[in-house]
Amino acid sequence: MLSIFYFLSFLAILCALMVVVSKNPVHSVLYLILTFFAIAGHYVLLNAQFLAAVHVIVYAGAIMVLFLYVIMMLNLNAAVEPNKKSWLKIAATASGGLLMVVLVGIFRSAVTSGTGNPSQSQVGLVHNLGVALYRDFMRPFEVSSILFLAAMVGAVMLGKKEIH
Amino acid sequence: MLSPALLYTILLIVVVLGITLFIAMYSTYAERKVAAFMQDRVGPDRAGPFGIFQPVADGIKMFMKEEIIPDVSNKWLFILGPSIAMLTACMTSAVIPWGKGLTIGGTTFPMQITDVNIGILYIFGVVSIGVYGIMIGGWASNNKYSLLGALRASSQMISYEIAMGLSIIALIMMTGTLSLKEIVQQQAEGHWNIIYQPLGFLIFLVCAFAETNRTPFDLPECETELVGGYHTEYSSMKLGFYLFAEYINMFISSAVISTLYFGGYQMPFIARFVHDPNLLSILGTVFLFAKIFFFIFFFMWIRWTVPRFRYDQLMDLGWKKLIPLSILNIFLTGLIMWWMGNVK
Repeated sequence: MLSIFYFLSFLAILCALMVVVSKNPVHSVLYLILTFFAIAGHYVLLNAQFLAAVHVIVYAGAIMVLFLYVIMMLNLNAAVEPNKKSWLKIAATASGGLLMVVLVGIFRSAVTSGTGNPSQSQVGLVHNLGVALYRDFMRPFEVSSILFLAAMVGAVMLGKKEIH
Repeated sequence: MLSPALLYTILLIVVVLGITLFIAMYSTYAERKVAAFMQDRVGPDRAGPFGIFQPVADGIKMFMKEEIIPDVSNKWLFILGPSIAMLTACMTSAVIPWGKGLTIGGTTFPMQITDVNIGILYIFGVVSIGVYGIMIGGWASNNKYSLLGALRASSQMISYEIAMGLSIIALIMMTGTLSLKEIVQQQAEGHWNIIYQPLGFLIFLVCAFAETNRTPFDLPECETELVGGYHTEYSSMKLGFYLFAEYINMFISSAVISTLYFGGYQMPFIARFVHDPNLLSILGTVFLFAKIFFFIFFFMWIRWTVPRFRYDQLMDLGWKKLIPLSILNIFLTGLIMWWMGNVK
């Protein structure tokens, strides 16, 4: 089990690095899809098949298709990409590094709740997830779905050329 | 040394894959014969009696043709495209229950490769990955017709996946499980889901046509506008894989439709006449394949009857008709379940 975990982690980190490193944006998107698959594998290791399937359907199957769609339509490549100023690059690196420091700090101090074998965890099964979402956390769930609806309506309105 | 259970699973995978490929191979022959029948022609009749060896001849021809990879294409992605199309087409069959299972000498041999508790979602996941085969192949060809075909395919498949998922939600509300095995078991003695979910079935069927890129939704390869669509630049067996994946998808879609809405391997009333469980199980599998063959014929029947949609009509149907209809279906299902007191 541990060797699969290490393999998936290695794959995820390698592909995530390749997303940043590759010159061709289409390659970047394809590496990002591979990263999502590796993360879906982690979900399966945690006995959360439902999360894994939804992760693949939503992220790898729908959102990344739209990414790829846009990149193919615009035909982005290194030649047409505007050259960014060096101070901008330094600022981006610094803020990215700060974010990483914050994340590392959070995960170091996080309380690792739950004992026992994570592969026997029952949290990710459909039934338990449904109970958590629709009973224990119903109000935040509904509020966030209204937020999504508002974002959708906003996107449609922005997409329309003229508003009558 | 492999354990017997693992060995049996490997054997089952090989058998299912073999049957899938065989049926897909003979679907190409059947399609040409059905087309010929509908257009009052003879169809292929040169290779063997009634042209029965035509698929073999086609296969040999595909392998022997010269293989051309365009100079300006992205070579790796050009090869990756048909590979993904073929891989995803073959992966779906893993969760479909092909039969009740045989009991020989006290041990049960299931006729399903794996019964994951999210069977339907697994199929959706694999189908949603399948679109990459077309997109990557179309883009890597570096041809405007291929690119247009790929863009059409991706937008079409994403649009119809939504309606398909929503139509399945109503079914899941009724069955209360995502496992295909349990869904089939609930449909015993003629309680097929089609009786309770006619609207959901209709939406699912239309979406299945769109997902497999079959006429009337074959706009990704619309010859009159796009030369050959996403596979314009492909030759030899790479083209063969794209075309073959379509037939495998058709077979799998038929199997999924039969499993979800037509009782899978369940055969009403037969248990009163046959009492041997193994014979019953085999008869069930035969019955499942009869349903699948009917739906494959139905796919072909539609192809040679209904003309292709225009692209805006396709998007209209997907977004403005099927999605509201499937939401209505969910609402009605919930209402009826509440009225019948089936909600816990």
